[in-house]
Amino acid sequence: MDDKTVKQWFGDSFIRFEKSLNGESTSPLHLVRKKGFEKFSMLEFPTHRNEEWKYTSVKPLLNYRFDPNSGIVDISKEDIEKYLYDESIYSTLVFVNGKYYEKLSDLSKLEGKLEIMPLVKAIKSGKDEAINFALEILDKDADIFSSLNTAFMMDGTYIKVNDDAVVDSPIQIIYVTSADKETVTNPRNVFIVGKHASVKLIETYAGLNETPYFTNTFTIVKVDEYGSIEHTKVQDETRNSFHISTLEVNQKRGSHYAGYNVNFGGSLVRNNLNIHLNGKETETTLNGLALSKGTQHIDNHTLINHLEPHCNSHQLYKSILDDSSRIVFNGKIFVKQDAQKTNAFQENKNIILSDSALVNAKPQLEIFADDVKCTHGATVGQLDKDALFYLKSRGFSHKEALATLIYAFASDAVHSIQLPLVRDKLEVILSEKLLTPALS
Amino acid sequence: MLVIKDLKVSIEGKDILKGINLEVNKGEVHAIMGPNGSGKSTLAQVLAGREEYEVTGGEVLFEGKDLLELSTEDRACEGLFLAFQYPIEIPGVSNTNLLKNSLNSIRKYRGEEELDAMEFLTLIKKKMAMVEMPQDLLSRSVNEGFSGGEKKKNEIFQMAVIDPKLAILDETDSGLDIDALRTVAKGVNKIKSEENAIVLVTHYQRLLNYIVPDFVHVLYQGKIIKSGDKTLAHELEERGYDWVIEEYNAKKS
Ligand SMILES: Nc1ncnc2c1ncn2[C@@H]1O[C@H](COP(=O)(O)OP(=O)(O)OP(=O)(O)O)[C@@H](O)[C@H]1O
Ligand SMILES: [Mg+2]
Repeated sequence: MDDKTVKQWFGDSFIRFEKSLNGESTSPLHLVRKKGFEKFSMLEFPTHRNEEWKYTSVKPLLNYRFDPNSGIVDISKEDIEKYLYDESIYSTLVFVNGKYYEKLSDLSKLEGKLEIMPLVKAIKSGKDEAINFALEILDKDADIFSSLNTAFMMDGTYIKVNDDAVVDSPIQIIYVTSADKETVTNPRNVFIVGKHASVKLIETYAGLNETPYFTNTFTIVKVDEYGSIEHTKVQDETRNSFHISTLEVNQKRGSHYAGYNVNFGGSLVRNNLNIHLNGKETETTLNGLALSKGTQHIDNHTLINHLEPHCNSHQLYKSILDDSSRIVFNGKIFVKQDAQKTNAFQENKNIILSDSALVNAKPQLEIFADDVKCTHGATVGQLDKDALFYLKSRGFSHKEALATLIYAFASDAVHSIQLPLVRDKLEVILSEKLLTPALS
Repeated sequence: MLVIKDLKVSIEGKDILKGINLEVNKGEVHAIMGPNGSGKSTLAQVLAGREEYEVTGGEVLFEGKDLLELSTEDRACEGLFLAFQYPIEIPGVSNTNLLKNSLNSIRKYRGEEELDAMEFLTLIKKKMAMVEMPQDLLSRSVNEGFSGGEKKKNEIFQMAVIDPKLAILDETDSGLDIDALRTVAKGVNKIKSEENAIVLVTHYQRLLNYIVPDFVHVLYQGKIIKSGDKTLAHELEERGYDWVIEEYNAKKS
């Protein structure tokens, strides 16, 4: 379909969406959505002529009429079991087709230290931050996908950790799509970490059946002075789905953001991660791990914006490509004039298991301060044949040897995750994926 | 146990092994010696299943089975072990992990129960004592940053844990200091039994003082040109290879 038809489709969907809101259409939330929709209408879907989308075509995505109005369906715990971590320790939020699913959620372990609720509830109960952030984003240069997200903003997770609170229970947030028609969900997350507060959370995105769908998610993270957050995102959508995400992180003085961006699924995936260092002495870890097979296309665009002095950022992006899959990594580091004594490290390492897979890696450094340390590097290689033979000569099957070496290659991108259960599960999913052939 | 008949091997169109014949029986120790580049490692690697080499002729039977038909991992599971001349470094994979996976793969192949954590640990401890393996090497990544001697020791330690029927040791003595050589040899002697067999590839008589071979073979330009008992090794040590080569050339013409 052409641009116009797709936009027409979303326009009609928006009217249907408004009708379904009975009475709510003059609420502050809906006014934000309207602004989002206006912005969406003004923008065009990117083409390869757009520098930021040079290697990633959204054309396949435009072939579908994804419905933003799909209702919630019932799912069982077994459906999401493989994505759940120990519930005696973890707190859980589950969303089905973009809507909060209370039945499988449990927030009882979190009382006292933070506010946590589905975003719509946060907005309705007057949490200004929730709305203000949405507007703030729109005022800035929101792209067509984040505008679409704002237009159809339904649910998502709102977390505000109180100052000085240390949240012991890790928070797992699970977004699943389970629809028999082509569906788009627009999850919107707001994570606010108070001064000297700390929290660990993991977001998982997955699909439960083979109907193509589109996840278009937007996450805002604010880390106040000396606050810290560990934020893992596992994208394990089905092989015929689409996933586009934007992350906006804002760090204040002395804060710590550790982000792990793990991608296993999706046919077409684009993640935009924008980290703004708005205070001195911040620490940022931004790691990525991707495994692509079949004709999967996974694109990670990161930006670390050093605005203030004495900040450290550390990026390690690793991927493993098989079949005719493609990985794009674009890593921008901006060091503004005031950001003296910046330490910025970026490394991108790829392993290609087949002749027809392809990596496009592009570091992009723009440095306007003089007293900075910036290093970057990108490599594309193959698995070490000698190591493979060595393991096999010790009795490892070909697949075990492959999985072992790949895990060894990949693991340092995720080994600093502080949640051992998450690390272990990533290892399990990774070897599972490695040992099953691609579907397409 | 192992019967090699007229084995011919080439790599990238270049003939390297030109008709090897060798028979190794249970309880025997064979030493293979020969000048650099004569094909000793090639033979060892081909037996272990290295795919880059092309077998252009001959056959190899291991315990009556067609060895060349088996995958590398199946050969290991059938009881063949190669101690590498240049052990490979594998960052990110711990020695313990390698051994656990290795043992359990082999046990599974043989229809045996996998070892549980306790049984595994007990076995490891016993074998570490046997070859005097330092504890800290165990938790480190396979061979990563190991000294040359430590790498060789690690090969013998793996051999002790896996307990193969046939072990091929490719220059395990090279790069070892005198004490390490003695420990490694002592370890090998402890592993050696009436039920298994050992093929030693070496350049030095020194090792053969500790591990006494039943047969010594000279490999030259892809062929075994002379075989004898342990006295042949002494003779080679004293006189070098020239006389054997001359003898061989004289016989040929
Ligand atoms: N991958 C390869 N490509 C080309 N030639 C090779 C390759 N591997 C081995 N060769 C050649 O095969 C011959 C035999 O090598 P091999 O390593 O088997 O010798 P060796 O007897 O073990 O020697 P050394 O005593 O030095 O260890 C050498 O000439 C070597 O250069
Ligand atoms: Mg050699």
